[in-house]
Amino acid sequence: MTEYTRPLPQPTPETQHYWDGAKAGELRLQRCGDCSHVYFPARPFCPACSSRDVNWFTASGKGTLFSYVINHRAPKGFEAPYIIAVVQLEEGPRMMSNLVDCPQTPEALEIDMPLEVTFVTATDDIAIPQFRPMGA
Amino acid sequence: MKQKSVAVVGAAETTGLGKIPDMSNIQLHADCALNAMADCGLTAKDIDGVACAGQTPVEIAHYLGITPTWVDGTAVGGCSFMLHVRHAAAAINEGLCKTVLITHGESGRSQIGRARPVPPPSSLIGQFEFPYGPMGPPTMFPMPVMRYMKDMGATHEDFATVAVIQREWAAKNPRATFHDPITVEDVLDSRMIAYPFRLLQCCLVSDGGGALILTSAERAKDFPTKPVYILGTGESVETPMVSQMESFTSSRAFRTASKKAFGEAGITHSDVDHLMIYDAFAHLPVFGLEDLGFCEPGEAAGFIRARHTAPGGKLPMNTNGGGLSYCHTGMYGMFALQESVRQMRGTAPAQVDGAKLSVCHGVGGMFAASGTIVFSNEAP
Ligand SMILES: [Zn+2]
Repeated sequence: MTEYTRPLPQPTPETQHYWDGAKAGELRLQRCGDCSHVYFPARPFCPACSSRDVNWFTASGKGTLFSYVINHRAPKGFEAPYIIAVVQLEEGPRMMSNLVDCPQTPEALEIDMPLEVTFVTATDDIAIPQFRPMGA
Repeated sequence: MKQKSVAVVGAAETTGLGKIPDMSNIQLHADCALNAMADCGLTAKDIDGVACAGQTPVEIAHYLGITPTWVDGTAVGGCSFMLHVRHAAAAINEGLCKTVLITHGESGRSQIGRARPVPPPSSLIGQFEFPYGPMGPPTMFPMPVMRYMKDMGATHEDFATVAVIQREWAAKNPRATFHDPITVEDVLDSRMIAYPFRLLQCCLVSDGGGALILTSAERAKDFPTKPVYILGTGESVETPMVSQMESFTSSRAFRTASKKAFGEAGITHSDVDHLMIYDAFAHLPVFGLEDLGFCEPGEAAGFIRARHTAPGGKLPMNTNGGGLSYCHTGMYGMFALQESVRQMRGTAPAQVDGAKLSVCHGVGGMFAASGTIVFSNEAP
């Protein structure tokens, strides 16, 4: 395996469960026990109603392409051009991702196209959630 | 004159602009501060309030020899100076200080003595955006554009037109970095930076700075300069992560800040003679025109295409040439404020004849923060 040279996240006590999920091949989100709001990124309370009664669950991993850019200047660990996308998750929140397993061109993309999560192993402790066109 | 009115009495930019290899970041703050003091006949001994971003108020007060009774180090990116104006007006009204100096200086191009704080990998942006390789503002800021284009029916040509018209204004300004006219084709043929945006749709990278001096409107009468009154102010923030904005076709921070400023000033859109909307990238004037309420959602691109914001148009906007063609140090908001003050003083290179009211709207981070100031040259 080639060395992973992209920026690595450093989990905190509040986000560790999310990153543990990614390592286990699951995209984990949180839902409020009081108002049912589903949110991202992780925190031990609900940003919609301030309740601390929140619960983790495993998301479907399905979403759609909300917006994107194609970066033509590659930082360390990336090869230009590469897509940086914002994914609209089926459960409501949005998250940043790259789009993998597809040409890194505008022609290969359509806003609102269906996507699914996949996980890229970065280190022994960290896997990064990534998205690809559904069925790619 | 209304009680508790505040005015700008001193305003100046750095002596040079664009490439200043013989000055460090802190000296750029000092250079424009000294120019602003000279503009209104003051020295550091007359200043008792200091606000700045990019350097701390401690550094600036010490360097200039000021003993302040009030400081503000609010640093929310390029619109920090709009927030400083707002906070300074409140502080002067409250009697916390009498004469406030607001400084911006940034060695954005030469990178001499400029601090570049990077959020750690444990921060929210470090965990949930940096792993995907966003390389600073040119990648992050245009993130909403493809969504906007789909929802609003805007085109690549629309966002190219923004840059073309800003260049028309810059052509009238001897201090602007670029003067030569450009066409939509030139913009769309320029080097791709981060699709959908190309080089001519991204801001310049410059050295420079600007400073403002504020005092009560009552005291402003005693200064040699024409007072520029602050009629209304607004501020807000939304999110440190562009991916987490509530909407990709509108900025909550823009709407919140501008609504507050218009309300405080008691003005309507038809009162506005001159407009500055911080244009770090070509989509910002489009978002700004809609979020400030000058256009309905989805109509700003057509408004710009119809030349309403161009020279000779009914709403002259970004008349210095903007961040796209005038200069952009990194935190450009101060230059937007300087142009509003020049327009209200009647001293702008591309002066809008008879302008009495100017709205100056700034952005910080990637739609992370916002500040709006309403200026007038008529006493409130
Ligand atoms: Zn809740």
